[in-house]
Amino acid sequence: MRYVVRRLSMFLFTLWAAMTLNFFIPRFMPGNPLQALEARTRGKVSPATLESILSSFGYKPNSALVPQYFTYLKDMVSGAWGQSIGLSLGEPVRDIVFQALPWTLGLIGLTTVVAFLLGNAVGIVAGWRRGGTLDSWLPSTLVITANLPYYWIGMLLILLFASTLGWLPPDFNYDPTILPGFSPGFVGSVLQHAVLPAFTLLITSIGGWILTMRNNMITTLAEDYVRMARAKGLADRKIMFGYAARNAMLPNISGFAMSLGFVLSGSVLVEYVFNYPGLGYQLLNAVDNNDYPLMQVLFMLYTVAVLVSLLAADFFMAWLDPRARAKG
Amino acid sequence: MKFASLVKNRKALVGLILFALTVLLAAFPGLFTSVHNPGEIGTYGPNLGPSTGHLLGTTSYGQDIYSQLVYGARQVLEIALLAGAFATVLAVLIGITAAYMGGIVDEALSLVTNVVLILPTFPLMIILAKYAGQSNEVMIIVLVATGWSYGANQMRAQALSLRNRDFLEAARVRGERRSYIILFEMLPTMTSLIVANFLGSALYSVLAASGLQFIGLGNTDQQSWGTMLYNAHSMEALQAGNALWIIAPGLAIALLSAAFALMNYAFDEIGNPALRPVRRKDLRRSRKAERLAAQAADPHAEKGARDADPDVYADAS
Repeated sequence: MRYVVRRLSMFLFTLWAAMTLNFFIPRFMPGNPLQALEARTRGKVSPATLESILSSFGYKPNSALVPQYFTYLKDMVSGAWGQSIGLSLGEPVRDIVFQALPWTLGLIGLTTVVAFLLGNAVGIVAGWRRGGTLDSWLPSTLVITANLPYYWIGMLLILLFASTLGWLPPDFNYDPTILPGFSPGFVGSVLQHAVLPAFTLLITSIGGWILTMRNNMITTLAEDYVRMARAKGLADRKIMFGYAARNAMLPNISGFAMSLGFVLSGSVLVEYVFNYPGLGYQLLNAVDNNDYPLMQVLFMLYTVAVLVSLLAADFFMAWLDPRARAKG
Repeated sequence: MKFASLVKNRKALVGLILFALTVLLAAFPGLFTSVHNPGEIGTYGPNLGPSTGHLLGTTSYGQDIYSQLVYGARQVLEIALLAGAFATVLAVLIGITAAYMGGIVDEALSLVTNVVLILPTFPLMIILAKYAGQSNEVMIIVLVATGWSYGANQMRAQALSLRNRDFLEAARVRGERRSYIILFEMLPTMTSLIVANFLGSALYSVLAASGLQFIGLGNTDQQSWGTMLYNAHSMEALQAGNALWIIAPGLAIALLSAAFALMNYAFDEIGNPALRPVRRKDLRRSRKAERLAAQAADPHAEKGARDADPDVYADAS
């Protein structure tokens, strides 16, 4: 019980810290929504009009900061997220977020899961066949691929498969000439547009999983209980999965939770390269246009996502691993 | 952990060479190109293909790509080394203080560390870099502010495991000052973790800084690889058929990050021999050892051999 309370208070504290940072950083820095709007309308609209437009959407730069801060906290938590004062002026932030969310969740979320499963499978085999052909060249290659600038990989894939070969579309989430709906044409178009960004993420994210899993396997295989299983004459497959891999995967689970949490926020550059209208793309828009309301909500969602998945991982680990249960 | 063992490891050697090459480019760009104003617009014709005059062609602004590449090494290297160093110092300070002081200080520092660890780093970096202006100093501060927490956790864990060792107890009994114990007794035993942390932070800084430059948040007064990519992307170099403008700077970033990553991984291997690649010779030897061990009918043969060499394994923990 003490464990749960501790976890939950940590959760709330982090959330509060993130929201506070996100309130004060933009407001203490040079530049404000009014200037951004003036630049975008190129002086065609008078500043006074712009100011009244902004204030009608809830932007009050001249009111005191502290009450503003408390209203902000209340609004964030209660879901009164207000309206965008950036690119899509006046559109409810909630609409923008819920339009973008499925695309990010679908693309990045699925890719993260696939990378985790595939990476662990390869890592198990590489660690088991220590010194085999797979294991001899794999680590050095993966150390490099795992640290490639992934947005650059995206650009290379566009160069090869879109510009040169013309097999796949270079950007957007679906062909705008097709009416959205559950038609085969639309679903096919969505999948087609997801291939390149998904591979971009897969190429760079799978290496980390393979390497950690391989190293965990190697450490686990040296344990006495694996030796015991060998001595009992168990089948290799049984030792590999039932004895070694099962235990070697435990540390990876919290890593997986962490990466699931970063699904929402870790995709900014991929969405930028592919003009994929997910949450990351919206964040860049919001930052470019000093769209405080949108920025605040996105940042809060990013933090909540990480916190929730960490919390879930903690409880999952406690359920999975008796040692973690005993410690908590 | 000696320099000689770094050179013997092939991964480390490749990493060192790549790193040295970047240092050379950053320190003496004049040695590699005769162009002195790589940023000036319209010096040459736009979108020229590669030729002897322009090894990698020119941008659509009419700048020589090769010379931009050469001059671009300095900014990212400066940022990576400085941000890596500061983040490591901060991690050591906070981690060791938390572990050594314990109690309420530890609770507070650990809380701050964990909060920073969980914050969505890249969006936070974007917001900070966007509003704090675009200079190398801001970039370094942003990277340090978001990058120290992982290391601090590691340092704290390592320092905690040291806290009750006899040699520290001995120093305390001798009546040494706290600062002396931390600086001259604890820190030297943590050298390998500190170096690994520096390499990791530098790697993270290369990638994060280039990523920020790529979305146009870098210092544009100076050439940088990320900004080159930003320009190439916003001028639609792909559609203009100017593939080298995209391939070259990205490859440069990839090679520098590979340099740090390889050195870091090799460092891990040297510290933790269990991860080293198995050589055929070693395999034969270990089989022979296993046979001998089996003959001796000692079930702990392998484990015993490991315990006999605590020095090597101390680094792995």
